[in-house]
Amino acid sequence: MTALLSILVLVFILVAIWQMVKIFDLTQGKTAGSDNQVANDQDNKINGYLMLGFLIFIYVITIMCFVMFGDFPLMSNSASEHGPGIDKLMIISMIVIFIVQTITQFLLHYFAFKYRGEKGKKALFYADNNKLEAIWTIIPVIVLAVLIIQGLFTWTSIMNVNEDNDPLIVELYAQQFNWKARYGGEDNTLGKANVRLIDIDRANILGLDEADLNAQDDVITTELHLPVGRPVLFKMRSQDVLHSAYMPHFRAQMNCVPGMITQFGFTPTVTTEAMRETPEMQDKVQNINKIRIEKSKVLVAKGEEGLDPYTFDYLLLCNKICGKSHYNMQMKIIVETQEEYDVWIKTQKAFKNSLVEN
Amino acid sequence: MSAHADTHDAHDDHHHKETFVTKYIFSQDHKMIAKQYLITGTIMGVVGVMMSLMMRMQIAWPEEPNVIFQALLGKWAPEGVMDADIYLALVTIHGTIMVFFVLTAGLSGTFSNLLIPLQIGARDMASGFLNMISYWLFFISSVIMVLSFFVEAGPAAAGWTIYPPLSALPMAQGGSGAGMTMWLVSMAIFIASSLLGSLNYVVTVINLRTKGMSMTRLPLTIWAFFVTAIIGIISFPVLLSAALLLIMDRSFGTSFFLSDIFIQGEVLHYQGGSPVLFEHLFWFLGHPEVYIVLLPALGITSEIIATNSRKPIFGYRAMIASILAIAFLSTIVWGHHMFISGMNPFLGSVFTFTTLLIAIPSAVKAFNYITTLWKGNLQMNPAMLFSIGLVSTFITGGLTGIILGDSALDINVHDTYFVVAHFHLVMGISALYGMFAGIYHWFPKMFGRMLNKNLGYVHFWVTAVCAYGVFFPMHFIGMAGLPRRYYTNSNFPLFDDLQDVNVVITVFALIGGAFQIVFIYNLFSSMFFGKKATQNPWKSNTMEWTTPVEHIHGNWPGEIPHVHRWAYDYSKPGHDEDWVSQIVPLKDGEEELQH
Repeated sequence: MTALLSILVLVFILVAIWQMVKIFDLTQGKTAGSDNQVANDQDNKINGYLMLGFLIFIYVITIMCFVMFGDFPLMSNSASEHGPGIDKLMIISMIVIFIVQTITQFLLHYFAFKYRGEKGKKALFYADNNKLEAIWTIIPVIVLAVLIIQGLFTWTSIMNVNEDNDPLIVELYAQQFNWKARYGGEDNTLGKANVRLIDIDRANILGLDEADLNAQDDVITTELHLPVGRPVLFKMRSQDVLHSAYMPHFRAQMNCVPGMITQFGFTPTVTTEAMRETPEMQDKVQNINKIRIEKSKVLVAKGEEGLDPYTFDYLLLCNKICGKSHYNMQMKIIVETQEEYDVWIKTQKAFKNSLVEN
Repeated sequence: MSAHADTHDAHDDHHHKETFVTKYIFSQDHKMIAKQYLITGTIMGVVGVMMSLMMRMQIAWPEEPNVIFQALLGKWAPEGVMDADIYLALVTIHGTIMVFFVLTAGLSGTFSNLLIPLQIGARDMASGFLNMISYWLFFISSVIMVLSFFVEAGPAAAGWTIYPPLSALPMAQGGSGAGMTMWLVSMAIFIASSLLGSLNYVVTVINLRTKGMSMTRLPLTIWAFFVTAIIGIISFPVLLSAALLLIMDRSFGTSFFLSDIFIQGEVLHYQGGSPVLFEHLFWFLGHPEVYIVLLPALGITSEIIATNSRKPIFGYRAMIASILAIAFLSTIVWGHHMFISGMNPFLGSVFTFTTLLIAIPSAVKAFNYITTLWKGNLQMNPAMLFSIGLVSTFITGGLTGIILGDSALDINVHDTYFVVAHFHLVMGISALYGMFAGIYHWFPKMFGRMLNKNLGYVHFWVTAVCAYGVFFPMHFIGMAGLPRRYYTNSNFPLFDDLQDVNVVITVFALIGGAFQIVFIYNLFSSMFFGKKATQNPWKSNTMEWTTPVEHIHGNWPGEIPHVHRWAYDYSKPGHDEDWVSQIVPLKDGEEELQH
C-alpha cells in the first residue's frame, strides 16, 4: 500500500513538473528553435540578481549560525591546561577563515551579478598577469606559515608527554561497548597486562598479569576520577576493535588500538563542581532542561516515562565507529580536589582483592 | 585500431552495420560508453542520496517510527524503527557509493570518456576494447555493491574506511561477514575497472592528439582528466593491496592488521599485526581519492566558466601548475587523517606541514576563477550557475581544511560533524556541482538535444540553498563536539540542545533531495523529447563542437581537423565574433598568446 502511494506521489510530481515546464515554455514563446534553451539577456539578468541574493543568503546564514550556535560552551570553556592554547588557535583560524570567506564570496557573487551578460557587450580579453598570480600565491603562503608555526608549537607541546612532573598514570581500556579505567595504585605504576591473560571466571577482566607485583595494587573502575591540577598521563588499550577516547571538554582525543598502547596526557584545571557553576554552563544546562521538560510532556502523554533532568558531567565518548552500540559508549569523568580523589580511591578495591578464587 | 586513426576512413562504418548489442550494450565507442557511465552513475547517485536522506531522518527523529524506513528497509526496520546496525550500513554504503561509484566512475568515467577523444581530436580511445571492459567491470561491481544489501547479516557497516579489526571480524559486527566480503570483491573489481580506464586515458592523451594539439594547447578539462588518471594509477593499487591483505586476514588466518584480540569471550590467534598499517594503506589511496573526485570537476568548471564568461581562463599556465602541484601534494598528505591514530606525533607535524601547503594551489585556482569572471560577459546557463556554485562551495569547504589539517586543532574536531560538513562541501557538493555542470554543458554533445534551461535554474537554486542549509550549520554542531556515525544522540543529554539544528539540517536535506527529481526528469525526458541541439550551442572554442550533432563512429567525417591555437581565444581583439574555434588558423599577423 505504501509502495503504491509513493509511486502515485512520484507520478503526480512528474506531472506537475511537466505542466510547469509547459507554462515556462509558453511564456517564452518568442525565441524559436533550439536557441531558446540557451540563456538570453533576461535569464542573465534574473540569475545575476539571484547571485546577489545568494551572496546575502550566505552572509545571513553565517551570521545566524554564529549568533545562534556560536556559543556552544564546548568552544569556549576548556577544562585542561592546554585547552586555551587550542581554543586560541581555533579562534585565530576562524577569524582568518571568516575574513577570506567574506571577501572571496563577495567577489565571486558580485562579479557574477555585475558582469552578467548582455547582447552586444564584449568581454575583456585578459588572459594573464604574473604580478597578480604572485600576489595571491604569496599572501596565502605568509598566512599559512603563521598558522603552521603556531599549530606545530601547540601540537608539539601537547603531544610531548613530560614524565618528570610525576603525572598520575591512568589506563583507559576500551571494549565493545564500554570503558574501564585502571589506576596504578599506591606506586602509581600499572602492572603488565595483555588480553591473552583475561580470565573471566577469576574476574580478571583486563588481562592483568597476576604474578606482576606492580599489578597487585592496581584499581579498576567504571568511572574516571581525576584530581584537579595534577597532570594525568593516559595509556590507552583496546581489547577488540578500534575505539577513540574523546574527551571534548579537555580538548583531548586518542585512538585505542588493539595490539598497541597509545597515550595522551593533560592536566585538568576545572573541577566538575566549578564547571557546573560557570554562568555559561548554567545557561546551557537550563536550556537543555527546558528542552527535556518539553520532550517529557510528549512522552508522558504517550504513557511513557519522562526524562530525568540533566546535570552537567564531563564525559569520555567513543569517537571511532566500533559496532552496533557505538552511539552509547561513554564513561563519566569526575574532576575533584586531591582530597576528594584520595577518599574516593581508598574506597575502590585493589586488583588482588577483586579476584575471584576458584 | 585507433593508432591508425588518421588513416582510418570514417565511411567504413556504413559497410559493416552494427547490431543493437554492439551499438548499445557491448559498445566500444567512447561516446556510447560515456553515456553508459552517466546512466549507471546517475542510478547509483539516486541510491546513495536516498540512503543519506534515511540517515538524516533517523538523526532528526530517532524515536519515531517511519513508514519510509519500513517500506525501504524491510526487516531492518521492524515497525518502522531503524535498526542500529543498518544505520551504520547506510553510513558505509552511502559513502562508498558516492565517493567511488558516483563521483569517481560517474564523473570521470562519463566526461573523460566523452571529452578526451573529442577535445584532443582523436577517433576514439587508444583501446576501445579495454574501455568497454572497464565499463562492464564497473557495472558488475555496482551490482555486487547494491546486492550486498540482501545478504542475511546485512551489508558492510564498518564505515567507508573499513578499518580492521571491525571490518575483519564477523563477531564484531553483523556486516563484517558476507556483506564485507561482497564489499571487498566489489571494490577489487571496481579498482580493476578504474585502472583500465585510467591507463586508457593516459595513453590516449599522450599519443592520439591531433596535429597542432600541443600539451600547452590542451583545454584544462583534458589536463585535469590526464592528471587525475595518473593519480589513480599511482594510488588505487595500494587500496587493492590493502583489500587483498584484509581478505587474507579475514579468510586465511594471517595477521597483517590484527593483534591481541579478545572478543566475545575468547582470545583470537592473531598476533603482531597493526590496524595502523591498514590506515596508512587505506589513506594512501583515500586522500588522493579526494582529488581524483575533485580535479575533473575543477577541469570541467574551468572550461565552462571560460566559455560562459566569453573570456580566456585567467592564468592558464598557473592553472596547470596548480593541478600538478595539487596532484603531487595529494600523495604526501594522507597522514592528516591519522593525527590521533597512535602514530608518532612527529609524523603528525610533517603531515600538518604538507597538508596546509595544499591550500596554496587551491587558493590560486579559486582566485583565477574569480578573475576570469571579472569584466566578462557572463552567460548564465545552468552549467555556468553550477560552476559558480562549485567555486563557492569549494571556498567555503576548503577553508575549514585549515582547521582540520592543523594537527593541534584536529584533536578536538576529529571525527565530529565538523569533518562531515567540511568534506561534503569541499569534495561532495563541489564535485557533484562539477558533474551537474558537465551534464548541462555537454548534454547536447551526448544526446543531440538540449536540456530544459528553466528546470535547470530551478534545480540549481534549490540545490544551492539546500546545500548551504545542510552543511553550514553542521560545522557548528561539530564544534560543539557531536561525534559522527552515532545512530542516535538521545543517550547524551549533553547534546540535547543540538537536536533542533539537526532537524533543520534534515529538512533542508529532504527538500534538496526531493528537488533532484527535477533534474532526473529533465535528464531522461530531454534525452527523447528535448529541443534538437545545434552544432555549437554555447559558441565554444574546443574541438568537440566541430563534430556533427549526430554521432558517427570515428567522430569526424573525413579528416580530423588540425589545431592552430589554444582553447581560450574568447573575445580576442581583431575578431568579429567573441569566439574562435581551435581549428581556425591564425590570421596574417595574428599572434598566438604567449601563455
